[in-house]
Amino acid sequence: MIAVNTAKFSLIMIAAGAVVMAFAHWVHVDYLYFASYTILQFIVLATAWNILGGYCGYVNFGSAAFFAMGAYSSVFMHKFFPVPIPVLIVIGALVSGTAGLGMGYLTLRLRGSFFAIATLALAVVLQTLVVNWDFVGGSRGAYIIRPEELEFAGITINYIEYLFFLMLSLAVIALITARTIERSQLGFGFATIRDDELAAEASGVPTLRVKLIATTISGAFMGMAGAPFPYYIGYLQPSSAFGLEYAVNSIAMPMIGGTTSWVGPLVGAILLGSAQQYATVTISSAVNLLIVGLMLVGFVIIAPNGIVGLVQERLRAWRKP
Amino acid sequence: MDISWDLLLNAIAAGLLLGAFYAAVTAGVSISFGMLDIVNIAHPAFVILGSYIAYFFNINFGIDPILVSIVAMPVFFLLGSAVYQVYYLSFEKRGQESLRGLAFFFGLLFVTEVTLILVFGVDYRYVEAAYIGPSIHIGIVDLPLRMLVPCLAALALFSGLQLFVTRTFIGRAIMAVSQDQLALQLMAVDPIRIKRIAFGLSIATAAVAGALLIIIQPIEPSVGREYIGRVFAICVLGGLGSMPGTLVAAMLLGVVESLTSTFYGPSWAPAVSFGFLLLTLAFRPAGLFGR
Repeated sequence: MIAVNTAKFSLIMIAAGAVVMAFAHWVHVDYLYFASYTILQFIVLATAWNILGGYCGYVNFGSAAFFAMGAYSSVFMHKFFPVPIPVLIVIGALVSGTAGLGMGYLTLRLRGSFFAIATLALAVVLQTLVVNWDFVGGSRGAYIIRPEELEFAGITINYIEYLFFLMLSLAVIALITARTIERSQLGFGFATIRDDELAAEASGVPTLRVKLIATTISGAFMGMAGAPFPYYIGYLQPSSAFGLEYAVNSIAMPMIGGTTSWVGPLVGAILLGSAQQYATVTISSAVNLLIVGLMLVGFVIIAPNGIVGLVQERLRAWRKP
Repeated sequence: MDISWDLLLNAIAAGLLLGAFYAAVTAGVSISFGMLDIVNIAHPAFVILGSYIAYFFNINFGIDPILVSIVAMPVFFLLGSAVYQVYYLSFEKRGQESLRGLAFFFGLLFVTEVTLILVFGVDYRYVEAAYIGPSIHIGIVDLPLRMLVPCLAALALFSGLQLFVTRTFIGRAIMAVSQDQLALQLMAVDPIRIKRIAFGLSIATAAVAGALLIIIQPIEPSVGREYIGRVFAICVLGGLGSMPGTLVAAMLLGVVESLTSTFYGPSWAPAVSFGFLLLTLAFRPAGLFGR
């Protein structure tokens, strides 16, 4: 592969984002915006999950909880003191990042599996909390009236196009962050923990601190992905914010795509995301979740390194006949 | 606040009954997670599967749900052994249990839940038996048979398991494999075979736990998720793999949950287990009865 440094990579990603944006604007179909918003959201979630799961080797089952925390902090702000969505994204990142840090601090000092179990329980508990909290709508849910258009510096922008643009930017930022981490000292720290935590500790890697950085970044990105969600969906109820599809997809997408590099979650999210958009329309949403589950089980058994791993093997075999 | 005594006593009694049932649900996880170090987060899904099997035979043939579950135990045992075999060959042998093994169980949990939704739908299902409905009264305390029968069955299951792991050869071998796998190998016992049996046993308990669950409350496929936090909280609080510890921890959680739902409202009950889990991990990670 040609060596590309972080600055060049960022430029390439931003350019790619601009091309996608221009293309979407040229086609200009509302459904396309809605469908690709979901896929972009999954790119952010899968990349965020992979920063902790793929790079560090710690499984987070509570993606839905971190996502919902972002979404519900937006609902809270919407009722309490409305601010523009980019500010909400920052707030979502702060809330979910702090939650990630706290969860990590309580559970990561112990066995690795405790973190996974605690995140699994976190979703149930937060849902209980939200159901009982009337200010953010309780079990009835909350309506967020989305304006049709947005006035910005004298130009009117279609609101869904605006949301699409925000999520596209988030996806670009998440991918750049993931790749930068991968090639930084921090990323090597993550990899040592994934490969052998005891050896890492013995070699002087501050494992707890490094793991906490990973949980915080990962949680923060999930919160960012959730923050614009109430505006996208218009009516947020606990069961949609804590939907099982977020937990399962943010694990399945990197696992199926490949967990060792930033490409995996991207490939997984685009493939599974678009397949699900198609399947939800043509079959039913339960069947499409079943397919995701079966694919997850199949891939972890048969192709542990995902699609990226399969392609790399093929390339290696092709180079050395 | 004026606490009403009969309300308090009833809540404690209900909590103890509920706790015994929680112990039955956790028994399997105490074996798989506590002893074998296999993080089987899909255990509650197997419990729900057990509930639906009890439901199916109860509704169509009128058989008692507990009886159905006892007959289903060998089938669940085989299912569990098969799951362990796949887990061992794909993950444990290759040293990948921490990431991919967990994802595998998560996938199983998910696939089971969605399959049950596709087959039975998301409506609440319940079973019919003579002991669902009436209750006995001791003084001011009401003991609904709907809770008492599962409690007794759970205690029977639990004592059986405790006797099995402490008195029989295989049971002791399971305890041994949880302490030192290599030593067992040196004694010419195949640790993988013992683990396969132990895991099969843990899933077999899920059949009974499932039948008890559907006696206690109507269920739908996603009910299992509420139990993930509970079973692991109990297992960790009980000190990973200690059977008496699991029972005490389960009773404790049952009572606290019951008090919470009596005095604060049932919608808060699921949060209790998480608080338990976090407090245990923060202050006493070895659990109450930890070695």
